[in-house]
Order: sequence, then structure tokens, then C-alpha cells
Amino acid sequence: MENWSLISLCVLLGLTARWAVSFHSYSGAGKPPMFGDYEAQRHWQEVTYNLPVREWYFNTTNNDLNYWGLDYPPLTAYHSLVCAYVAKLLNPEWVELNASRGYESHTHKLFMRATVLFADILIYIPAVLVYCFYFCDGSSKQKVATALCILLYPGLVLIDYGHFQYPLLFTLILLCTCIVFNCIFRYNCVSLGLALWGILGLGLGWDLFGSLAFTLALNYKQMELYHSLPFFCYLLGKCIKQGLTGRGLFLLAKISLTVLVTFALCWMPFLSDPKQPLQVLNRLFPVDRGLFEDKVANTWCSLNVLIKIKTLLSRETQLFLSFALTLLFILPSSLKLLSKPTLWQFKLALVNSSLAFFLFSFQVHEKSILLAALPVCLFVNEIPLIAIWFLLTSTFSMLPLLVKDGLLLPYVVTSLAFLFLSLYLLSALERSTDEELRLGLYHKLTLHCLPKLNLSRIIKWKFWFSLVAMAALSFTSVWLEPPAKLPDLFPVLVSVLSFLHFLGFIIYFNLVQLMEPQRKKSQKKTN
Amino acid sequence: MAAPMPNDHSWFFALALGVSFLKCLLINAYHSTDFEVHRNWLALTHSLPVSQWYYEATSEWTLDYPPLFAWFEYGLSHIAQFFDKEMLVVQNLNYASPATVLFQRLSVIAADVVLIHAVKECCKCLREDKGKDLLGKPSFILTGLLLWNFGLLIVDHIHFQYNGFLFGVLLLSIARHFQNRHLEGALLFSILLNLKHIYLYIAPAYGIFLLRCFCFTQNNPDGSLQWRSFSVLRLVALGTIVLSTFAVSFGPFIALGQLPQVLSRLFPFKRGLCHAYWAPNIWALYNIADKAFSILGVKLKLLDISKLPKASMTGGLVQEFQHSVLPSVSPLATLACTLLSVLPALFRIWHRPNGARGFLRCLVVCALGSFMFGWHVHEKAILMAILPLSLLAVESREDARTFLILSITGHYSLFPLLFTTQELPIKIFLMLLFTIFSLTSLKTLFSKGGALLNPLEATYLLGLIPLELICEFVYPLTVWQKTFPFLPLMFTSVYCALGVAYAFIRLYISLLTCSDTTKRLKTH
Repeated sequence: MENWSLISLCVLLGLTARWAVSFHSYSGAGKPPMFGDYEAQRHWQEVTYNLPVREWYFNTTNNDLNYWGLDYPPLTAYHSLVCAYVAKLLNPEWVELNASRGYESHTHKLFMRATVLFADILIYIPAVLVYCFYFCDGSSKQKVATALCILLYPGLVLIDYGHFQYPLLFTLILLCTCIVFNCIFRYNCVSLGLALWGILGLGLGWDLFGSLAFTLALNYKQMELYHSLPFFCYLLGKCIKQGLTGRGLFLLAKISLTVLVTFALCWMPFLSDPKQPLQVLNRLFPVDRGLFEDKVANTWCSLNVLIKIKTLLSRETQLFLSFALTLLFILPSSLKLLSKPTLWQFKLALVNSSLAFFLFSFQVHEKSILLAALPVCLFVNEIPLIAIWFLLTSTFSMLPLLVKDGLLLPYVVTSLAFLFLSLYLLSALERSTDEELRLGLYHKLTLHCLPKLNLSRIIKWKFWFSLVAMAALSFTSVWLEPPAKLPDLFPVLVSVLSFLHFLGFIIYFNLVQLMEPQRKKSQKKTN
Repeated sequence: MAAPMPNDHSWFFALALGVSFLKCLLINAYHSTDFEVHRNWLALTHSLPVSQWYYEATSEWTLDYPPLFAWFEYGLSHIAQFFDKEMLVVQNLNYASPATVLFQRLSVIAADVVLIHAVKECCKCLREDKGKDLLGKPSFILTGLLLWNFGLLIVDHIHFQYNGFLFGVLLLSIARHFQNRHLEGALLFSILLNLKHIYLYIAPAYGIFLLRCFCFTQNNPDGSLQWRSFSVLRLVALGTIVLSTFAVSFGPFIALGQLPQVLSRLFPFKRGLCHAYWAPNIWALYNIADKAFSILGVKLKLLDISKLPKASMTGGLVQEFQHSVLPSVSPLATLACTLLSVLPALFRIWHRPNGARGFLRCLVVCALGSFMFGWHVHEKAILMAILPLSLLAVESREDARTFLILSITGHYSLFPLLFTTQELPIKIFLMLLFTIFSLTSLKTLFSKGGALLNPLEATYLLGLIPLELICEFVYPLTVWQKTFPFLPLMFTSVYCALGVAYAFIRLYISLLTCSDTTKRLKTH
């Protein structure tokens, strides 16, 4: 079969799975008075359509910030505005000011789902395809297999099409940025045969396009900050490499100018009055909401089982502690990236930084794990076993949320499907020697001081063991009643188990990054 | 899709598992009244004694499948009680709690194991199964065509029916004939007949083939019949198998003296010539010709509007369709047409059987002939031709061409089954998925002799895209939607009828000339 038909089959499969998941319920369906994220998105459409820009982020008579007030950066607001125009065209009731609160109907659900599908087809899927086809090694079949696995990643599908969110926009931007950096790294700017991006690339230079895209992502969702340090270090590292006195300085200036201009453009409507941007920032970073909410699989929530940090420490200490720990875990990988700005390092740094943020930073949502899962998706072809393991764990960590939304069935089905298909398509179990797990150097180091260990076999056993544990916990948390004294027993167990996994993963990815052997040459040969 | 090792059979399980997961995702999709039909059957077989099964009429969806299927429902009902006991109460009409939906959907998915097994057996029967590349392997393509069949997916797993399981039995029986295990094949087919009697349409092919190729043990050197080789023993064995199956199934009802009642439930002739939505067959063309003539007649002042039957002007959505110019068609006439249409094919395999492949071809012709000319045919019946034809399609180029035309038009004609907006994307995605797969995989399989379809056929098939766009997207926005809501359906069935008729003719020609093609194959 030709490439195009394989690609279209894989895209169609992804789309079918997405739309089939969308048959199920969404976050907060039929649960007044607050509903859920679905209502939040609808409410933002209502607010942005009916109110002038200056009122969007302020508590006014028509804009009750306590009822799903806008707390995402301006680009999200603009996106809502565009959707609202379409909604108004289809049915004015959907965005009527105040009167439309809690509006739910079958057609409206279809409309909301369609907007997600539309954005997905337009941005996310092309980005995945371009990534797989231009920047993965292997035969075209292997590339298609990689693309299919990324497209079927259950976490994203469930949150977008079940729970309801638009994380795809920032996803896109993240991916295309990666691609952009890829281009510089391997193809030196121009040789990419993509018409549209080729034009953009020629006009702006790939670095600039990349930083532009990232700035947009940052302005779509503030959580994109999780990835900001690797971007910064990568670009800075590149500038240093070119010489900070000559071409590098020029590049640095260009990049910073791009970032500033993009920021200015995004924030233009809010710049007229100094109070505006401050209020937006205040909405974006709600420090007063506490160290963590609900049950998140991060350090604070898990530690909370043993020590009640929330009550023990003052808010300022908490802030400081989380900030310090996050920084501590990001720094090694960022410094390594700074000294060695390659694509491989960059991808690893993205994983490490977003995981560190997820595990240690202040006010983390369980959905934020998707931000770490995305860079991990880029590894499904290189380190299949670990990537699959991580992606499944990340889906599992959202179990309480998904069960609350009534998405148990699609969770089970998509996770199992992803597990089997990806293990089969990527032949993950066969491709897990020490070398392929990128642990070769580690092996050599431990050879002297430790008895010889068969790391690959240990990891495979751990993989199966953890899958069984996750399956068992999923099963018990759904079918068994928790004891009356501990109503939150199962969600806590889920988050602690996932936290242990994530801790393991961050150590693993840091090890891989910091002990990267000189594999640049061999990589070039395979290209 | 991209298996590392083409030799092992892991790809088969990947395809089967993949489609099963997809089916599970469709559990919450729209389901038609057939869902309630089967729930009702579960309830009545569970809570009533056998003697009342075919008399019970609380629900309008009375039991109208043969007894073995009723027993199948009876068996399912014993598992159903662990999901939700309420669904087993006959009086709970239109009961569809989440547990009921889950159970019914899962029962279809689980029953499809039969289909998966049958497909595996069919793959073993393929003549040549080499192909260096996995994606170009005939058995891989056949598995894709059968397990991922668009029609089966939407009819069974969205619309709701148990066709996958029934086709599994049919395909298994065909595979047994290919493997020369004729008695098993005959047993399976008689079981199938007692599960769903629509398969009577293809029974003539079975009857003639078994009589000719099983009961007569030898042929003359030129392939014609050697009368002296008749084996009474084989006929007796065959007869015993078939009769005992029927005895097991209908025996209790004969003993109870309920046979006429059962038969009247199985063969209701009170329905109209065409279903509410015309299946794409000859009668769709006949109806449209009648309508065209009547409009033309009125325009030319040859006919008087007041004298025309009223229904013909709003037709397409009414069950009783009265023809205004052309003679009306009686059930007997359709029966005669059906028989006439399959007779040459039967005669052909009697005369020159051409092995199990000739039989399979004849079976497809029977299925398609009854689809083209039958009384009150459902559009879903096209699957009875498409699925067996897949087996032939991976073996010969000409059959692949027929298959593409038949499957694309036939599947497209199933679109009106799912009319809800929510399912619109999924039916389009699935249709594209299956069509692209069948087009490109068959093209690679027969890549030697140029394009599979000629320009005219390709244009006809591409014409389905604008047809879909107009019917589902443009037409509902126009003013005619209110006055003539049936027009899109009518166009769909007429347009598809052309393709199905064309495929039927092609298939007939290939059947009547098929011994030549096999000879040519041998000389190659």
C-alpha cells in the first residue's frame, strides 16, 4: 500500500476513536449548579461574546468570576470568541448572556464536540503526522505505527472528547515547535518540503517561527510554562554555540524581539490600562488556591498522606518550598541542555522539566500530566516500552476524574486498546535491550561496583507488575465500596501509586539525559 | 499495521482485537428499534414457556426469527439476569437502562468471536497466500475486508443486530466446503437457516452444489455429470443431517401443533413491495421509472392527476406504494423474478460445477439476485452478497473490480440507516476507512495490470461524494426539505441501485464464463 493510504487509514482510525469517545458524557453533565469544564468553556464563549474586552477578566455585574471566570491567557479568550460567533450563528440561545448558564442539550453537545474535532483535524493531527514522517527514524510503516500510537494516546482523547477541553491548541504549538527545532537540527532550515511551513520558514527563519509558536502556546495556556525553561535553554545554548559576540548575539536579539512582539500582539487589547494586565496575571496564577486541589499524583498530595503539609507550613513556606524543589529538579537537565543543545537533549529536557513542574510545583491539576505526556509521546518510537508505560500511567492517574465524569467505559477500552496496539505495532517488548532503553552507560558504570544485573528483564517485569497493579486498583476503586472511615481511600491510592511511577520516570529520564553517551554520530548515520 | 514479523499470525489478533475495541467504544452510540426487538425476545424467551414464544404479542416486535435463534436468546437471557433483571420482563417495553445497553452490546461483540474464527478458517482456504509484504498478503487483506467490514460494523454495533455471528456461521460453512468437509458445511448451513431464515435465499446454491458435487462422486473428463457415480449413502447422510437439525429446531413446535403459527410469524407477507427506504434494487428503479412516467404523463396531459393514486405523489416514505402507470407488482411476481434470475446460475453450476469457487460465485449470485428482485428487501441484505464476495475478491482481479463497485455502492446505501447527526461523522469516517483500505489493498494486490476500475466506474463511484454532500449537508438547508423530505433517500437508492445492478450483471457474466478464466489461470 502506498504511504498516503496508510496515513489516511491511521488518521481515520484516530478520528473514529475520538468521535466514538465523544458519545460518552462530559465533565459536569447534568450536575447543577456548577457543572464542569464543559460549562466553563461554554461560559467563556458567552462572556467573550457579550462583554467588552476590558470586562473579561474583571468581576462585574455581568461577569461573576466565581462562576467559571476566565482564568486562561488571552488567546484562549479569543478562541472562545471565535467559537461563540459560530454558536451565535447556529443557535443564539447557546451564548445568551446569563440566561444561557448551565445550558445543556444534545445539539449543543454536538456543537462543542465538533469544535474540538475541528481544531484537532486542523492542527493537532497534521502536527503529529509531520513529526512522525519527517523526524522519526525507520521505515514508512514504522512511522505510521508511531503516528497511530500517538494519535490513540488515551489520556488526550479522553480529556478532549470525554471530559471536554481544548488542550490541542497548545499541543499543536508544542509539537510544531519541536518540529521547528528539529528542522534546524537536522535539515538546516530550508530543506523541508512542506509548502506552508516552508514559506513561513523562509520568511522568518525556523528559530523565530519556533519561538513565535511557543509564545502563542504560552498565551493560550499558562501551564505551558512547564516547558518554557527547556525552550529558553535550548535557544540560549544555540546562541552561545554560535558565539555570543557575533552571529549568536544577532540571533538572540531576533528571538527576543519575536517573543516580545508576539506577546505585545496577544495582549494588545489589555495594554491600554495598567490595571488590566495585572488583573489578568492575578487570574492566571491564583496563588491563594492552595498547594494542591483534589487528589493529584504529585509530591505534595502524596506526602499529605503522611504529613499534613497544608496545615503544618505557612503559605509562604509552601510556595518557597515548592519553588525551590521544582527548580532543583529542573536545573540539572536544563544546564545539560544549555551545554549541548541537540534535539535529543531538548526532548528529554522537555519531559524532565514538565515532570518536575508536575511533581513539585504549586497548584497542580491532575490534567497537567498531559503536559508531561506530550513530550513523552515523542519518544514512542525511540524508547517504546518506557513511553507506553508512562502514557498508560498518566491515563491511570486521571482515573478518579474520569470516573466522576462517567468515562469509565472509554477509559478501559482506550487504555487496553492503546496497550495492545502499541506493544504490537512498536514491538516494544522486543525492542527493550539495555542499549535500547538508553541505559548502556549506566550499565557500564554499575558493572564495577554492583553485581551484573539484567536491567532489561527487570524493567519488563516491573512493567507487567505495575500494569497488574494499576488494573487491580482500577477495578477495586470502581467496584468496591471504600470503608466508611476512609471515603477517599481509592483516589488517594491511585494518586500515590501514580506518584511513585512518576518519581521513577523522572529519575529515569534524568539518568538518560545526564548520562547520554556520544550517540550523535550514529544517529546521523541512520538519517 | 506494521508488523515486524509477517510470518506469525499476530497480525490477525491485532486486527481482531483492534476491531473489538472499536466495537466497545460504540456501546453508547445510537441504537435503532432493533435493540428493543432483541430485548423483547430476551424477555419473552426467558419468562415464557416455549409454547407461548410464537404467540406472545405484548410488544409489537413479535418473535419472527426461527426457533434456534430464540434458543440463542434464551441462552443469553441467563447471562442477562446478572446485568439487569428488569430487561427480562416482557411488560417493560422500550427498557434501555445502561446495564441493558451494556449487556446487549457486549453480547453482540462476544458473539462475533464466531465471525473471527470463521475468518481465520477462510484465510486458510486461499489459493495463493504468499506476498512478501504483510500489507500485500491476501489473507491480511481478506481479514481486513471481513472483520472491518463497514456494513457489519454499523449494522451490528450501531444499528444493533446479530449479523456478525450469523455471517460467521455462513463463512465457516463456506470454508468447510472449501476444505472438502461437506457434511460439516451442510450442518452449519442448516443451523444457520434455523437461526435466521433470510438465508433461504442462498439455499438453492447450497442444494444444487451439495447434490452435484457431494452426492455425485465423479465427473466425466470434460467436467460434465457422470450419472452412475451417484452415492445414495452420501445423500442419506446429508438428508439426515439437515432433517435432524430442522427436527431439533422445529420439532417441539410441530409436537405442540404450532407450526402454522410459527410459519406465519416467519413469513409475513402483509408488508409492501419496498421498505420505507427503498433498498437499491430493481424495484427502486421500477418505482422511479413509474414516477417519471406519471410526471411526464401529467405534463403531456396524457394522464389525469385526480385519477392517479395519492400515495404515489408522496411516495418514498410510505410502506404501500401504488404504481400509477406501470403495473403493480405482486409478491408472487417478485418470487418468480427472483427464481428466474438465479436459475441460469444454478443451471450453470449443475452443468459445470467448477469446485467450491464456482459454488461461492453462485451463492453470491443467489444472494444478489434475491436482493435485486425480492419482496420487501431490506438494504441490510446487501451484506449477504458483499461478505462472501470478499473471498473471491482477493483471488481474482475481475472479482476485485466487481467487489469494489458492489461494496462501495452497497455500503453507501446503508447510510440512511444512521440518520442521527451524532453518528454522521462516524459513519463517514468508517466508510472512508473501509473504502480506502479495500481500494488500495486490492490495488496493490493486483498491481500488475494497471488500474482496477475503468474511468466510467471510477466516475460513478466518485459521484457518491457529491451525492452525500447534497443529501446530508446541502439539501436539509433548502426549502424542499419540508415539502419533499424523501427526495435524498430516493436519489440515494436509485443511484446505488444502478451500481448494484451493474455489479450483478458483471458477476453473472463472470459466473457464466468462469471455467474459461480458471483454465487460463492454469495455463499461466
